[in-house]
Amino acid sequence: MDIRVIIFIVFALAAVAGAISMVLARNPVHSAFGLLLTMFSIAVFYVMNGAHFVAAIQIMIYAGAVMTLFLFVIMFVGVDTSDEAEEHIPFQRPMAMILGAGLLILIVASGIQAWVNSRALTGRGSLGTIENVSDELFGTWLLPFEATMFLLAIAAVGTIALAQFAFTLRSTDGSDDE
Amino acid sequence: MSELVVTAGWYMALAALLFSIGAIGLLTRRNALVMFMSIELMLNSVNLTFVAVGKELRTLEGQIATLFVIVVAAAEVTVGLAIIVAVFRRRETASVDELSEMRG
Amino acid sequence: MIDFIWLVIALPLFGAVGLLFFGKRIGEPNSGRIGSALVVLSFFIALVAALPAFAGTLEPENVLLFEWLPALGVNVSLLWDPLSAMMTLIVTGVGALIHIYGTGYMHGDSRFPRFFTYLNLFIASMLILVLGDSFATMFVGWELVGLSSYLLISFWFEKPSAAAAGKKAFIVNRIGDFGFLIGLMIIFATFGSLSYSTVFANANILETGGATVTAITLLLLVGAVGKSAQLPLSVWLPDAMEGPTPVSALIHAATMVTAGVYMIARSAALFSIAPVSSGVVATVGALTALFAAVVAIGQRDIKRVLAYSTISQLGYMFMAVGATAYVAGVFHLMTHAFFKALLFLGAGAVIHGMHGEQDMWKMGGLRKKMPITFVTMLVAWMAISGIPPFAGFWSKDEILAITYGKGGAWVVLWAIGIVTAGLTAFYMSRLMFLTFWGKPRWDDGLEPHESPRSMTLPLAVLAVFAAGAGLINTPFRLSLEHFLDPVFEVIKVAHPPEGSTPWILAGVSVLVALGGIAYAYRRYIKRALPVEEGPRWDFLEEGFGVDELYGRTIVLPGKAVAESAAFTADARGIDGLVNGVGGAVKKLADAATRLQTGQVRSYGTGMFLGTVALILWLLVRGGAF
Repeated sequence: MDIRVIIFIVFALAAVAGAISMVLARNPVHSAFGLLLTMFSIAVFYVMNGAHFVAAIQIMIYAGAVMTLFLFVIMFVGVDTSDEAEEHIPFQRPMAMILGAGLLILIVASGIQAWVNSRALTGRGSLGTIENVSDELFGTWLLPFEATMFLLAIAAVGTIALAQFAFTLRSTDGSDDE
Repeated sequence: MSELVVTAGWYMALAALLFSIGAIGLLTRRNALVMFMSIELMLNSVNLTFVAVGKELRTLEGQIATLFVIVVAAAEVTVGLAIIVAVFRRRETASVDELSEMRG
Repeated sequence: MIDFIWLVIALPLFGAVGLLFFGKRIGEPNSGRIGSALVVLSFFIALVAALPAFAGTLEPENVLLFEWLPALGVNVSLLWDPLSAMMTLIVTGVGALIHIYGTGYMHGDSRFPRFFTYLNLFIASMLILVLGDSFATMFVGWELVGLSSYLLISFWFEKPSAAAAGKKAFIVNRIGDFGFLIGLMIIFATFGSLSYSTVFANANILETGGATVTAITLLLLVGAVGKSAQLPLSVWLPDAMEGPTPVSALIHAATMVTAGVYMIARSAALFSIAPVSSGVVATVGALTALFAAVVAIGQRDIKRVLAYSTISQLGYMFMAVGATAYVAGVFHLMTHAFFKALLFLGAGAVIHGMHGEQDMWKMGGLRKKMPITFVTMLVAWMAISGIPPFAGFWSKDEILAITYGKGGAWVVLWAIGIVTAGLTAFYMSRLMFLTFWGKPRWDDGLEPHESPRSMTLPLAVLAVFAAGAGLINTPFRLSLEHFLDPVFEVIKVAHPPEGSTPWILAGVSVLVALGGIAYAYRRYIKRALPVEEGPRWDFLEEGFGVDELYGRTIVLPGKAVAESAAFTADARGIDGLVNGVGGAVKKLADAATRLQTGQVRSYGTGMFLGTVALILWLLVRGGAF
């Protein structure tokens, strides 16, 4: 059996296990670790698909920065597990299960459909090294790349404004009894 | 009988599974932080599809798309978490069920 | 050459609009002067334009102003021919005198400028009616005249009776207008045009006495009956006395009521081939003349006597145009305009001098207090009674002679006319004797006085015309007949019989008139004043209860229908339907708001539901299943 099949099966199981544990865990910290496991597994799949640069970004940005941020906020907000005890909205959980299963079936079905219909092999087929990716990114995709600059700048400003807003609200609104 | 090979279809099936799990998590959990994690999971599953299909089609554009998704996700997480913190400061809670004043 | 004729209409219209906006700022004496000056100016323009007509060289001329409804071939253009020239001169001439009189009569009224706004509008409307070159333009003027009369009759709208009179005039006129409008529609359907030239030139395609032309002319008659206050639509005119006296003079003499006669004379080409309709016109006229003359005897209010006398005189005109004696009808219209304007303005001067008193039984002996008014009224009295050589004699006698000359059943109409002439002489003498002769009967402390010059001057001018205007169309010299020849050249116009018959008839009518005067003299001067009270006199004063009859048979049921429509059908039925629709929408919306739970996860569920449905739909469409 091909070693890649074994690697795929192992990390696929790990990814699914991480995802399921993220959804099921009462404690948000445990959820965060489940998600972390899934992200590492996906990084492995990126490498297997020749996307070395994206894999590195996945580890650094997602597993590193984003998850750290999550954990930081979890600690800030506090680990509150009581709220998950029971469901208030009627039929929410069965509905979610049905929808999830429906989505899975339909996505797979449409994937098969699309795969059968269009099997055009195009492109240069180069490896996702930093050089190749930067060629592509700063060549064809330069304009969208520049646009992400605005997106990030706006996000940064928005975040600061939100934090500031929350502070001023608290300091001026004396009758805050909620 | 031919050799068993990992094809793009395998990755797509896995991605679909992860996406559905993320969706279920988004609908069932009421902790805003966990809901955000579910969204991240769904985005990751989409990324996986991009990369795998990009390789199958011998193009780098799948990876480029993934990079953009990661950028957008990062920005979204920053703002989203800031909102959660701001709400928490006022309400002392992270449960979305209690934020239901906007009903008809 | 006469392109400037539009100025005749434009000047009063300009005055009306200008005074409407700036009247208050211009103030009391000047707004009246401006209004009067514009009408005087308009009269002189018309006079200049009419010069060729006097010389007998006027060719009827059209002046196109602008295209109005090209789809229907209706243009706004003016027609300048002897008939419209004559009407224009009467309207602007008498109108101008009434304007001048009004500056004195309305002195001190709080809405003095507004009064002249309406008066100018009235003149402009009447000129549009008279000068229009198509039935469409005439209808516009027709409606505008109705509107102006409504505004003027209810000018003192603080008085409930004045407001009611204005409404009554408007509504009764609407009934006539309705018939007129249907008539116009049939004309358009028949001839494909509303312009006089097309309609009258093609009138001969209709069979003489046929159903179409009879229907058209009868419907036109309905309109004329409404506007000219003939039976059975005569009820609005006596009530119109609620307006200021100059308005009454304007309505009765120069404008408004003459519109019906003018319209029939203008449509002579149609009426002359509809003998049945013409007979109906003459019969309506004769009956109205008699009815109104009888009712006039019972009136105590000086203005109401004159109102009924107008109805009666218009009956004569209808009789004339019904007998296809269009020239005689228009002739009487003209002489009547002079002496009736004079009578009304004189009565106004009396009322003015008596500080608003209108009851003749509270007057008497005024001839020494108001000499100018008395002398001018004397002329008018002679004129309306038909005493030669005053104006009324010539025109009335021409009508009677023609009616008699047609023979057959027309002799009955002539007899009615003669009786009416006697009654006319009687009730006018009654008015004069009660007002100017005898002992003063006015209330204590009242000091009757002569009117200012702005009021006596128009009286004097009108007296000259009331005395002499009849001379333009005597059997010796038929000037008016020749003057109007171009208008009626294609139509057979009835003429008075030849030979000695007219002279005998004239003698009879003069004798009857003198008899009426003599009886009045005996009754009101020679002996002690009779007591004219009691149920029979009341019945007469109320015009044989026609008003009450209409009130019971038409107004009350109409009100009941209107009320049930307004408060049952509309308030419950239609409003209920509308409110029901609104209520249903609101209920639906209430139900829909419950979907908005405020639970973000419910929204998420909805979103995924939509996603699943969308993918499913795409797959099914793509042929996956």
